[in-house]
Amino acid sequence: MSAVVPATAAGTGWAAGGTPLLEVTDLVTRYPIHRGIVGALRRHPKLTVHAVEGVSFSVAKGEMLALVGESGCGKTTTAQTVLRLVDPVSGSIRFQGQDISALQPRALRPLRRRMQMIYQDPYESLDPRFRVRQTIEEPMLIHGVGGSKQDRRSLIASALARAGLTPPELYVDRYPHELSGGQRQRVAIAASLVLDPELLVADEPVSMLDVSVRAGVLSLLDELRSQGGLGILMITHDLSTAAHFADRIAVMYLGRIVEQGPAKEVVRNPQHPYTRALLSVVPKRDPRDRSRSQILKGETPNPVHVPSGCRFHPRCPVAERRCTVDDPSLHRPREARVDGHEAACLLV
Amino acid sequence: MSINLSTPTAAAEVPDIRRTRGGFLWQVIKDRPSAAVGAGILLLFIAISLLAPYIEPFGLRTQVGPVFCRPSAKHLLGCDDGGIDMVSLLIQGGRISLAVGFAATLVAVIIGGGVGILAGYFGGATDIVLMRITDYFLVIPDVPLMIILAALLGPSVRNIILVIGILLWTQPARIIRAQVKSVRERVYVKRARSLGASNTRIILKHVLPQIAPLLIANTVITIAIAIFDETALDFLGLGDPSAISWGTILEHAFVRTAISSGAWWAVIPEGVCVTVVIMGCYLLGQAVEDALNPRLKVAHLSVRRFRMRPLGALGAALGGARP
Amino acid sequence: MSLLEVRDLHVWFDLPGGDELHAVQGVSFSLERGERLGLVGESGCGKTTTILALMGLLPPSASVSGQVLLDDEDILAGGEESLRPHRWTDIAMVFQGAMNALNPVRRVGSQIVEPMELHDVASGDAARKHAGELLEMVGIPAARLDHFPHEFSGGMRQRAAMAMALACNPKVLLADEPTTALDVMVQAQLLELLVGLTKDLGLSLILVTHDLPVVAQVCDRAAVMYAGEIVEAGPMESLFHEPRHPYTRLLFAATPDLLGEEEVVSIPGSPPRLDRPLVGCPFRPRCDRAFERCVAERPILKTIDAGHQAACHLNDIPARPTVGATP
Repeated sequence: MSAVVPATAAGTGWAAGGTPLLEVTDLVTRYPIHRGIVGALRRHPKLTVHAVEGVSFSVAKGEMLALVGESGCGKTTTAQTVLRLVDPVSGSIRFQGQDISALQPRALRPLRRRMQMIYQDPYESLDPRFRVRQTIEEPMLIHGVGGSKQDRRSLIASALARAGLTPPELYVDRYPHELSGGQRQRVAIAASLVLDPELLVADEPVSMLDVSVRAGVLSLLDELRSQGGLGILMITHDLSTAAHFADRIAVMYLGRIVEQGPAKEVVRNPQHPYTRALLSVVPKRDPRDRSRSQILKGETPNPVHVPSGCRFHPRCPVAERRCTVDDPSLHRPREARVDGHEAACLLV
Repeated sequence: MSINLSTPTAAAEVPDIRRTRGGFLWQVIKDRPSAAVGAGILLLFIAISLLAPYIEPFGLRTQVGPVFCRPSAKHLLGCDDGGIDMVSLLIQGGRISLAVGFAATLVAVIIGGGVGILAGYFGGATDIVLMRITDYFLVIPDVPLMIILAALLGPSVRNIILVIGILLWTQPARIIRAQVKSVRERVYVKRARSLGASNTRIILKHVLPQIAPLLIANTVITIAIAIFDETALDFLGLGDPSAISWGTILEHAFVRTAISSGAWWAVIPEGVCVTVVIMGCYLLGQAVEDALNPRLKVAHLSVRRFRMRPLGALGAALGGARP
Repeated sequence: MSLLEVRDLHVWFDLPGGDELHAVQGVSFSLERGERLGLVGESGCGKTTTILALMGLLPPSASVSGQVLLDDEDILAGGEESLRPHRWTDIAMVFQGAMNALNPVRRVGSQIVEPMELHDVASGDAARKHAGELLEMVGIPAARLDHFPHEFSGGMRQRAAMAMALACNPKVLLADEPTTALDVMVQAQLLELLVGLTKDLGLSLILVTHDLPVVAQVCDRAAVMYAGEIVEAGPMESLFHEPRHPYTRLLFAATPDLLGEEEVVSIPGSPPRLDRPLVGCPFRPRCDRAFERCVAERPILKTIDAGHQAACHLNDIPARPTVGATP
């Protein structure tokens, strides 16, 4: 699938039709399950986890794409594969036009500066023995940038300021256990910013933070996107967050993207039955709003045994005979209202 | 109503800087009396050994009293079979015993630590191969092998150190490996890898500081075992006969009929020294290990329960104006 | 007469160094038969400690005062001695991460039977039959009684934990973040189950969570906790449409709504330390409507109108429009 053009004006870097920051095409990542010697001797079948089975999307400069789905859908594996922390089986990952899917570790090193990851757990992602200063300085030391110690100090201070931790002097000498969850997450973001990356991959950046501080961190990411021109790939299970902060949403199920498009559109005019069911069960804030929820039966099947045909058909409330045979691919639904809204369902 | 989303976090809630890195070991010693006692014992013996030439009351090669003379004001622990003052012998003996103990431990910890870190960090084939080797060494009975090696290699202090070291490294190796494996899975280590940090950097800066306390605890306990093994080997006559250690003192006493002569002062004191030093090591090592163990939340298993407070006691506990 | 009434509950924890953490500061609320009450707040507000106190599951470092009236009997009066007979038989709990609290080496059936036998509710075949019924009630086929926990998925294990909690037919079920680690679809299934159980069994529920939308959809009433005390309590609709405490209003405003267009806010600062006496209103440093009175005088929980209480000085100012309805 080729890159999609965002319909809203949110994505700023795409206007003239240049290369997208990140373009992923038909990505496949699988994990083998170990049989062990006994298993091999008993001829147990070789099982693989089909974590990512042909995923295509793109992220433009200055755009935030939210990869949304439940556990086991492959969103985290997709993010790890994009960052080449995990090797894909096939498919291409183009970063600024360059295909990085087959690069050797050596060649990947300079890329590590340009693509950074923000982790979910602010309590675990900082080394408890490093002061804030050391945590932020480390990326510079690894890549041999930043100049003299003095220069590095001022880069640390400006990274902290960019992450909303001002005045920086108040934070540089702290240990992580002296900071709150939100502050730690900002330190992690500052440590990513210090190398001036082009792409940020945020894996559930706020799910372990208190509700009252989430918006602060998400708005920071939003600011970095709009003012800093960063592209952001955000992994989340929280559809409401994705709807509010992302430009585009891609909904994943069992290793595939089943629907993608501009965030507000996907949420207001969902086309895929899974997206519709998922949206219907998201609890609403307003107690008076007790809209009908479509609770699906059972749970997401194991990615080891993927159903035939459309992988969603066993749980789909509107599945037909042909859904057990044909595997749909992403296309523009009949009832789509804007460009760039696609769904992988035979019925739309 | 809008809240400035880039509001700098209020200065009020950033806590004061606390000195927390005063030294983990120091913290443990302050918190636990057993650690203080253990550390004290070790320091005392180390000091005595270092100052040996200056504090030995008598010479070591010259007869200064009758053979097996009883403890007296002049010779606090009497004399041995050669008329040599026991106290001087003990002070001198500590030097070799402790030195061999420390040196052998150094060998063991370097080999064991290295194996443990490599196996734990790299996993996979490296781990399997290294752990099989470790298992082979573990399975071999220590004392017979030490005896054979010592007999083969010949009696010298250096050989004793090597022999003990070669057998003791398996303990640290397994413990370090387990710890490194768990540290490796920490998010901050994964983050460092995703930043492009080299393995060396990660091991030195992130893994080593995290396992250092455990390494210290293990080292201290290994010293105890090393000293014991050294004493045993010397006692069996496999050590350098010209070196004076607590083990050789004991060996001489036995061989030279101290027991049948009833000269307990030639036999017991060196045993007591070894025991006390080993106990000191264990006290310190155990205290450090205990401090490192995640505190198990066993409150629900305790016999004591939560306490009830009488309703009248509330006034003092609340701040601000409340009726 | 309410089924459960908590009056002026305080919990202190001893801290190393001689200080005390005043984790729960005078919490009072009541629970009617068949009612679903939400206890909402962020980390450190004392909600979990409150329900642990109701069960008497506090560690030896805790001291408690106050009254817990179950059917008019103060079960807290004698501490552990008076609470124990009611534990599990009258008040039961589903813990946070309960799916991981099942013993991995025992079959699920035997774990459900265990509380029945311990509390002399049933034993032997009768207990096993009841366990099967309980599993069916939570949506698991009774045939799976003999399975081990690892053969269940996360959502199913959570249901098994619920079955365990219901083993002795309690009157009150306390649920501490029952769906927090679960996917939104599984969460919906479980919440539907919880609501169904309260209706079918006449069970009363206290749902402790930080997730406001969950409480909005499941509970009839809720109490919002901050810094160890209840700052506002009332029917869910009132809390959302007419909040009487700035924290309640801001908490809703900080929660993104799926289809809403309003800006999502964050509340600057962090909760106060509870190991020192608090002066004035605990929320004042973070409040956008604080004024002089809030500095030195701590607000008391007062009734605003039917069933709606709030602890905020703004409500004392006469003829003032509501504190600020959620947009």
